[in-house]
Amino acid sequence: MSRILSVALNTFREAVRDRVLYNLVFFALLMMVAAVFVGQISLGIESTIIVSLGLSAISIIGLLIAVFIGVGLVSKEMEKRTLYALLAKPVRRWEFLVGKFGGLVLTLTVNTMAMAAGLFLALLFVKHSFEASDATILIAVYFILLKIAIVVSLALLFSCFTSPLLAILFTAGLYVAGLFIHEMRNLSGSKVSPAVQAFFSWISYILPNFENFNVMAAAAHGKAVPGILILQNTAYAAIYCAIVLAAASVVFSRRNLK
Amino acid sequence: MSRKPIAILVLFVLPLGFAGIWRLQHSIDTQLAGLREERDEVLLTSPKVMKALSLEYAPLTADIYWTRVVQYYGSRHERAEHLDNLWPLLDLATTLDPNLIPAYRFGSTFLAEPKPAGAGQPEHAVELIRRGIRENPEYWRLYQDLGNVYYFALKDNEKAAEAYVEGSKAPGAASWMKLMAARIVERGDTLETSRYLWTEIYQSSQDPSIRENAKVHLILLKTDDDLQHLDALLDEYEKKTGRRAANIRELVQAGILSGFPADPEGVPYVIGESGQAELNPKSPLFEKEKMYRRF
Amino acid sequence: MTVPAIQIEDLTKDYPAGFLNTKKKRSLESLTMQVEEGEAFGFLGPNGAGKSTTMKLLMGIIFPTSGSAKILGRPISDVEMHKDIGYLPEQPYFYDYLTASELLDYFARFYGFSAAERKARVEKMLKKVGLETAGKIQLRKYSKGMLQRVGLAQAILHQPKVVILDEPMSGLDPIGRREVRDIILELKRDGRTILFSTHILTDAEMLCDRVGVIVGGKLQGVGRPDEIVGLKAQGMEILFEADTGNAKTAAILAKAAKSGSRYALHVPEESLYLTLDELKAAGAKITSVAQIKPTLEEYFMHLVEKDRAQAAAIEVHGK
Ligand SMILES: Nc1ncnc2c1ncn2[C@@H]1O[C@H](COP(=O)(O)OP(=O)(O)O)[C@@H](O)[C@H]1O
Ligand SMILES: [Mg+2]
Repeated sequence: MSRILSVALNTFREAVRDRVLYNLVFFALLMMVAAVFVGQISLGIESTIIVSLGLSAISIIGLLIAVFIGVGLVSKEMEKRTLYALLAKPVRRWEFLVGKFGGLVLTLTVNTMAMAAGLFLALLFVKHSFEASDATILIAVYFILLKIAIVVSLALLFSCFTSPLLAILFTAGLYVAGLFIHEMRNLSGSKVSPAVQAFFSWISYILPNFENFNVMAAAAHGKAVPGILILQNTAYAAIYCAIVLAAASVVFSRRNLK
Repeated sequence: MSRKPIAILVLFVLPLGFAGIWRLQHSIDTQLAGLREERDEVLLTSPKVMKALSLEYAPLTADIYWTRVVQYYGSRHERAEHLDNLWPLLDLATTLDPNLIPAYRFGSTFLAEPKPAGAGQPEHAVELIRRGIRENPEYWRLYQDLGNVYYFALKDNEKAAEAYVEGSKAPGAASWMKLMAARIVERGDTLETSRYLWTEIYQSSQDPSIRENAKVHLILLKTDDDLQHLDALLDEYEKKTGRRAANIRELVQAGILSGFPADPEGVPYVIGESGQAELNPKSPLFEKEKMYRRF
Repeated sequence: MTVPAIQIEDLTKDYPAGFLNTKKKRSLESLTMQVEEGEAFGFLGPNGAGKSTTMKLLMGIIFPTSGSAKILGRPISDVEMHKDIGYLPEQPYFYDYLTASELLDYFARFYGFSAAERKARVEKMLKKVGLETAGKIQLRKYSKGMLQRVGLAQAILHQPKVVILDEPMSGLDPIGRREVRDIILELKRDGRTILFSTHILTDAEMLCDRVGVIVGGKLQGVGRPDEIVGLKAQGMEILFEADTGNAKTAAILAKAAKSGSRYALHVPEESLYLTLDELKAAGAKITSVAQIKPTLEEYFMHLVEKDRAQAAAIEVHGK
């Protein structure tokens, strides 16, 4: 466990030193501009727009970091051969992998929390006070984080057996596919054959269902999210990450390094 | 390296993991069902914001929403549920891509149809098509759709005629548009006019839902025709015998009918308690007729 | 009988090669050898011989096509045994966003040292490899030689029983080479087992108890440096100056090689005095007499030349 933690902390340190967190500046600017403008153009739905916009930005920025840094987590160490010395230490490959995963998720957590704080500031600016229902925004942010963790695990998995570019494409492809799961399940009524329908319905349970984590609308309208959903989504993300990391570990443990 | 980890992965981790995912997904789906409606609504309340956020990909986003429209209609139509989100969805899709002709045509049909076959919002149908015409003035079929909404849903023959005339001036417009306008003004709505219009819709559309809708209307028009005919025969029978026939058999026995007339689904018509010819409650068309409460 | 520190049996490695990796390239062929406890073993061979491949196999960085190896009696797939092993990769490269002391501290964590112990060890190691003043500089600013020193420090940080060093002297200036040599000698004095690879023979001659010579993926011979040298016939070399016109010298000059105004003559040890007498009689002026001591280098060249085609291939791959 301490080995995994060591790798994770070092990954976090790398991200910080590589100025990954600079994106926060961009987010802060976006929120400031939005807060100022929104107050002037819309009536009554300022906070709705701020929340939708803020959550979208948190999600997109998080996803970009997850995909691009996630793919580089392992492949960069293989490419630059920094892994040689590390693997000569008493550390198993899966421990390294899980540590890398944890490190990036830690980075993204810090990053996302900071952005959420920025969002609340912008909200305070347009609303002047908070309501209890704004807590849903925190849940939405938490769900985004869960979603991002799954994306990181996928990026890691793909980078264990393909080139970084392909890994990015695969991860992005899966993410987009994961947004259309609802559509895949509801193919009934259209002209596709039952076999194809069955196939897509089957696939739709294997692919990560990113729509599960989308409660942006509820957050924007201050609608409560059922507590059980928080538990279920947490379990979903945990199980999914575990599956993907297990697969990645098996692949990576058998890989000959360059 | 031993093969053990692979075996463990394939035999235990993957099956057990995905079994868990499967179960969880079903519970999550129920939880989300309540929130899901809300989601569409939110993005919908502000199509303009949505367009700004979509950047140059607005047409792509529009296409995505357009697919959502079709699915929304498909899933709800089957269960005869309300279609309250149809208008906001169509509004969004056509704001994102004003040239999305199929969306206008679809909307004109299903916003205008009364509940539960459609959303029962002919005013929104008019608003949508007027937007379509504004953005695509050279596309004459939209005038046809506008005329149809006035004619069928709003029963406003004057406005309907106006729309057909307007459309007949667009390039490539079919010649029947002008004739139709004149006809409606002269005779008002008749079975014959309705049949002509639905046939035209059926033949000109590629959208399976729209075609299916038109087909149902045509079939129901045919039954209307049949029933009118039967009623006339019943009147004849009453004149002859001095009493109303209680069933079709009496007409056959009296030599007025040579056989048992059936609806397009092959189920014989019956005579209702009021003494009028009616669809057989056993016929699949009976439910359809209720759902469409046709004009 | 004690277990050898490193025991390699029939180790073979094929790398995928060619279009879509459909072909295979054999880089190590049935390597069988042992390194005894406390021994300094030199792994000798030209570029592309398979030295690094062997070491990477031992460290579990790549996996063998067939064969097996044990370190300290435990199979190489057992990562826990890395506690007792130190490894310096060839041309090491480390996280360039860390300073040398941060890197060493990071690596030290995997051995479970306490914070205080880590600090003490890092300082000691930096001093040992001559980087005590550069410990707070980010590694991206390090020269190749400095990285080599950091690499050495991380390899011996935890006082491993077995140290595996892949070309530890490469990239170093003469002073650096000397310092590294001293460190290796110190490790040897401490009774640690050392396996190191090099293509520079003097290093091996100076440090090794035994050497193994590998060429083209095949082990050509193992032995004490002088044993290997002894494989070649010894003899004496006489340098002299002589008059060409003298009829008496003609017979001798025919056997000698001329360089400048001097001649060199190789003779077996037992006929040295006889030849010297002959030369004296012929009036030649003898300038030096020396024992011909074949170096590892000559032995090396001899092996390489044995298979010229192979040597050519090695050149191509080595670069
Ligand atoms: N990752 C690799 N892929 C393909 N061939 C390799 C790889 N690494 C080494 N080789 C080949 O294996 C042979 C041995 O290489 P190496 O062990 O690095 O030699 P040495 O360390 O003795 O110079 C060389 O011919 C080299 O080209
Ligand atoms: Mg090498």
